[in-house]
Amino acid sequence: MSAVIKPMTTLEEICTEAEKIRLSNPDLGDKIVSDIYQNAEMIAGPAVIKNSTDSRSWDHKLDDILTSRRLGYPIMFALLSIIFWITIAGANVPSQMIADTLFAFQDQLLIWFELAGAPSWLTGILVLGMFRGLAWVIAVMLPPMAIFFPLFTLLEDLGYLPRVAFNLDNMFRRCRACGKQILTMCMGFGCNAAGVVSCRIIDSPRERLIAVLTNNFVPCNGRFPTLIAIATIFMGGMVVSELQTAVASVVVTSLVVLGIFVTFAVSWALSHTLLKGEASSMVLELPPYRKPQLGAIFYRSLIDRTIFVLKRAIIMAAPAGAITWLLANIYIGEISIIGHLAAWLQPFAYAIGLDGFILLTFILGLPANEIVMPILLMCYLSTGQMMEYGTLEELRDILINNNWTWLTAVCTMLFCLLHWPCTTALLSAYKETGSKKWTFLTFLIPTVIAFIVCFIVAQSARLLNLV
Amino acid sequence: MNTAITTIPLSTLGIGSACQIVSLNLQGLLRRRILDLGMVPGTPVQCIRKSPAGDPVAYMVRDTLIALRSEDASQIYVNPM
Repeated sequence: MSAVIKPMTTLEEICTEAEKIRLSNPDLGDKIVSDIYQNAEMIAGPAVIKNSTDSRSWDHKLDDILTSRRLGYPIMFALLSIIFWITIAGANVPSQMIADTLFAFQDQLLIWFELAGAPSWLTGILVLGMFRGLAWVIAVMLPPMAIFFPLFTLLEDLGYLPRVAFNLDNMFRRCRACGKQILTMCMGFGCNAAGVVSCRIIDSPRERLIAVLTNNFVPCNGRFPTLIAIATIFMGGMVVSELQTAVASVVVTSLVVLGIFVTFAVSWALSHTLLKGEASSMVLELPPYRKPQLGAIFYRSLIDRTIFVLKRAIIMAAPAGAITWLLANIYIGEISIIGHLAAWLQPFAYAIGLDGFILLTFILGLPANEIVMPILLMCYLSTGQMMEYGTLEELRDILINNNWTWLTAVCTMLFCLLHWPCTTALLSAYKETGSKKWTFLTFLIPTVIAFIVCFIVAQSARLLNLV
Repeated sequence: MNTAITTIPLSTLGIGSACQIVSLNLQGLLRRRILDLGMVPGTPVQCIRKSPAGDPVAYMVRDTLIALRSEDASQIYVNPM
C-alpha cells in the first residue's frame, strides 16, 4: 500500500491532469461525445414523439424565399430599410416630447437655482451645461433606440437574423472575416456601443476583433439625424422640393453603402496585416422560425440593450455638457475658449474641407454623436448653450451664413460617417477586448480614414475648381 | 469493405442527398463544435440548401439546420446513402 493518491487541490492541477489524459488518448474525446449521443438516442428514441413534419416544411418554404438566389438579398435590404424608416419616422414625436419636458424642467431648475442664490457659474455648469447636455442626449437617443432595438430583437426572435448571416457569409469569408459580423453591423445601425458588445457572438478572437474595430463604419442612430439634415438641406436643396426627400434618401443610402464598403475594405486590410490569419471556420445554426415572444422581446431590447446603452451614454454626456459650457463661456480676451480653439484648428480643418468649428464640434461631440449639431449651432450663433434648430430652412440659413458650400456639406457627412467612435462605443470596446491597444486602434483607424478621405475629397474638389 | 471507395467529402454532396458521417478530419475548436452538434461518425446528414452565394451550405443534422462553409465541410468524410 505504498501508492498514495495525492488529492488535487487547485483547478489548475485538475485541468493539467485532464489535458494530459486527453493528449495521451486523442480519440478519447470523440468516444465520450459519441457515447453521450448514443445514450441520448437510446433514451429519446422510445420516449420522444416527433410532431408531423408540418412545421419543418413551413420552415423550408420560408427558407426557399428568404435565402433564395433572387429574393434573398432584396428582402434583406427591404427589411432593414423598413426598420430604419419606422425608427426615423417614429422617433420624431416622442423625441420632441421628451425634449419639451426636460427643457421645461430646465427652466424650473434655473428658477430654483436663482432662488437659492447660486452663483451664475454654478448654474451654468450644472444646469445649462450638464443638465442640458444630458437632456439632449436622452431626448435624441432614447426614442430611436426604444423603437429600433425591439424591432431588431423581433427579427432575432423570429429566427431571421441567422439567415442574414447565412446569405452574406461568402463576402465576409473573402475578407477572411466571419459572416456573423453582419449581425453586429446591423446592431451598430442602432448603436455602435451595442454593436461592439454584440461582437461576442463571433467565436474566433481574431474575427471578433475585426468586427469590433470596424463596427463604427455603420452610422448609428446618433449620426443619422445629422446625415439626414445635411443631405436634405444641401443635396435635396439642389432639386425641386417634391424630389427633396427622395434625393436625400438616396444620398443617405449611398453613405450607408459607402460605410459598408469601408467595413469590408478595412476587414480585408486587417486580415492581411495586423490581424493576419486565415478565415476560421464558421458553424451557424439556422433555428426553426417561431412565433416571437413579445414579453421577452421587450425585456431584452429595453432592459438589456436600450437602458444599458443609455446608461453608458449618460455617464459620458454629463461631464461633456459641463466642459462644453465652460469652454463656451470662459472668455480669453474678446473670444471664448471655443472660439480660440476653433481658430487654432481652422487651417487643419480647412485642409479636409471643414471649418474649425465643425472639427471642434466633432471633438467635443466625442461623448455622444447626438450633441454634434447642437454644439455646432451653439458655436455659430455664439449663444453659450447648445441650440436646437427650428426648421431645416433655419438650419440652412445658419450654415450658409457661416460659409458652408456643398463641399463643406459633403466633407462633414463623410467625416460624420467615418470619424472616431463615441466614448460609449470606445468604453464598450475596452470592456470587450480588455486591451488598451485594441481600444486605441478602434479610435485610430476610423480617425485616420476619415481624415484621409476628407482630405482627398476636399483637395481634389479645390484643384478641379469645383468650389 | 468498399468504404474507402465510396467515401466522399461532405462538401461534394448534392442538394437533397443524404449521407452518413464516416470521419472528421478537423482539429481544435471546430472539431469540438462539430462534435457538440452531434455530428459524430454514424450520424445521418442531409444536404438542404445553398446560400444565395453558393457558400455556406445548410445541412440537416438531428433535426437541426446547420450551415457550414465548404472549406470546413470538405474535411468531413461521409458515405452517400
